[in-house]
Amino acid sequence: MTSGEFEGWSTLDKRTLAVTALMMTGAAVGAAIPTTAAIVSGGGRFWVALVWVVAGGVVLIGGGVLVELFYWKGVRYRVTPDRLETAFTLVFRSRKSLQRERIRNVDLTANPLHRLFGVAVVTIGTGSHESGGQGRIKLNPVSRAEAERLRADLLRRAEIAEADENAPLAELDRSWIRYAPMSFLTPTLGLAAGGGLMQVSEWAGLQKGLIDWVIGLFRGIPLVVAILILLAIAMVVGLIGALGLWIEMWWNFRLDREPGGTLRVRRGLFTTRSISIEERRMRGIDLVEPLGNRISGAARVDAIATGMRQSDDKDKTDYHTLLPAAPVVTANRVVASVLREPVSPTEAVRLTGHPRAARGRLLRWWVGSVVVLLAIFALLGFLLTDVLLVIGAALGVVLLPASVLLALDAYRNLGHGITGRYLVGRHGTVRRSTFALEREGVIGWTLKQSIFQRRKGLLTVVATTAAGAGAYSVYDAGEAQGLLFAEESVPELLTPFLERA
Amino acid sequence: MRSHCKRSSGVISVEAERGKVRLRPPRNALDQRVVGWWRLQGTLFWGAPVLVLVVLGLLITPARFWLLTPAAVFAVLGLVWVIAMPLWWFQVHRWEVTETAVYARSGFFWQEWRVAPMSRIQTVDTLRGPLQQLFKLATVTVTTASARGAVKIRGLDHELAASLAEQLTETTQATPGDAT
Repeated sequence: MTSGEFEGWSTLDKRTLAVTALMMTGAAVGAAIPTTAAIVSGGGRFWVALVWVVAGGVVLIGGGVLVELFYWKGVRYRVTPDRLETAFTLVFRSRKSLQRERIRNVDLTANPLHRLFGVAVVTIGTGSHESGGQGRIKLNPVSRAEAERLRADLLRRAEIAEADENAPLAELDRSWIRYAPMSFLTPTLGLAAGGGLMQVSEWAGLQKGLIDWVIGLFRGIPLVVAILILLAIAMVVGLIGALGLWIEMWWNFRLDREPGGTLRVRRGLFTTRSISIEERRMRGIDLVEPLGNRISGAARVDAIATGMRQSDDKDKTDYHTLLPAAPVVTANRVVASVLREPVSPTEAVRLTGHPRAARGRLLRWWVGSVVVLLAIFALLGFLLTDVLLVIGAALGVVLLPASVLLALDAYRNLGHGITGRYLVGRHGTVRRSTFALEREGVIGWTLKQSIFQRRKGLLTVVATTAAGAGAYSVYDAGEAQGLLFAEESVPELLTPFLERA
Repeated sequence: MRSHCKRSSGVISVEAERGKVRLRPPRNALDQRVVGWWRLQGTLFWGAPVLVLVVLGLLITPARFWLLTPAAVFAVLGLVWVIAMPLWWFQVHRWEVTETAVYARSGFFWQEWRVAPMSRIQTVDTLRGPLQQLFKLATVTVTTASARGAVKIRGLDHELAASLAEQLTETTQATPGDAT
């Protein structure tokens, strides 16, 4: 099928057909079981059900493979000295090309099926802040070797040729798994598992039976104890889930600096991922410490880089995480070496605190939220049932002091500073974030002031940047403090608009 | 501008030496016609529910009281809004273009000052909605490479907007680099 037009073009790997066939088979089997059960329980004969299911399966698998075959036949790609091109020819024709100059990241992912067949999906992106996949080419899939070759080839730059530093910047320490359960993922997964169980039992028409069974199990035990036991089970399930997820995400994690000025993150147990970030695109880092991690002295490192996709639509991978939750010392060491600084800016900086008025704002916000919640409980309690009043009171006893503590902690965490090439800001309590943004990378300022902030003489200073989240904020700084900070971090930009009294 | 910076750390004293600073408002006000545009928008926004309620109230006799009362409340609120808010906004919304930057102030309850340096501007768009065309107004949007850094100036005379966009485009084209 290599016509003259596509002389020298490559096709995708043919093993994609096998991958699709297997995937469709999995889906068909998954759909077959409940379908059979439904037909049989609906009074149908078993062999009738079987015929339907087999026929459906053949259509599903055959159709899937056929579509994939057309896709595979249609797609061609080639790498020329200055561009990467793809062409799709089926009924209509389309072409897409990326300038090699502009290619900023080449990411590899391989799910277990891909790995079984020795293929990988390659996503090639340019630096533009694209949305909806423009400026991005996905080769799904090519052989493992071809993927590696493309990655090395497309990211190699002539201008930077330095010694290969063989030692990785960071490698997985298996003891870091201890930080995995310390996240909101644990309760979330636990409750989700409970919800999932209910949902599945409802599909199977067994929900009532399940509830009766559970009630029977706890007969003679007070309701409160029963609820606590169920919650404990959910927590254990969540714990196992969180640990499993961590292992799948971070197994074989390795952060390297490769010749050509590229940072490369490799990780994953079943689905392997390889994410490359050009160092020229790095504008700083974000040190993220969720409350659970902070208590146990751990921090995660996210890259602030331009032209990175934040996450894929299907795969909820964080493409910007350079280091999973690890001891703060390690995190700081990794930040320093990633940014090529002797000391991490987040460590070197002396953060300036914010005016006391900010504390009042945080207190009002946190305590206010709890009061609103309690008011809802009280109102519903008076209208509906007294049980809600009791629950509300119990919640109040726990949440009110907690909100005060969180507000005070949030205030303690507010801060900003400048160190060397970086400006640093910190905020948050449930998720404390300390960003270090290269001052060169600031491409504008937004200063925000609500009517309440104005009365208290506070100001939120937002540095806009092409990298990462697009904007990094210093919350509730004093007016003069915030303005001088902005002026000092990026000289001249704000100066013409400032008045000195 | 009052200040509550009474923290005992050394930093405030450094600031004290350098004197108090404040942002000065941008030099230019929007076009006067913007008040009319805002009023029309407000009238449509508040008028639609009032109209619906009044029509329903006239048709459905038993519920008349419960339909016309909120209609009256909305009408009063809307009237106050339409009269007062545009004047207030007009005071707040200001803009300025210097040789080095675009500077604009907007919002009211949440005021925002946005500064984008010339050297980082990527595109300059002008937009005229149907109502704006009625008032011969235009919105100028200056975007930078940041997903969250666009500076919008809503409500300039459309000819002024066009020439401003042209001038900005020329200036930014003269600046090398990819503006990130």
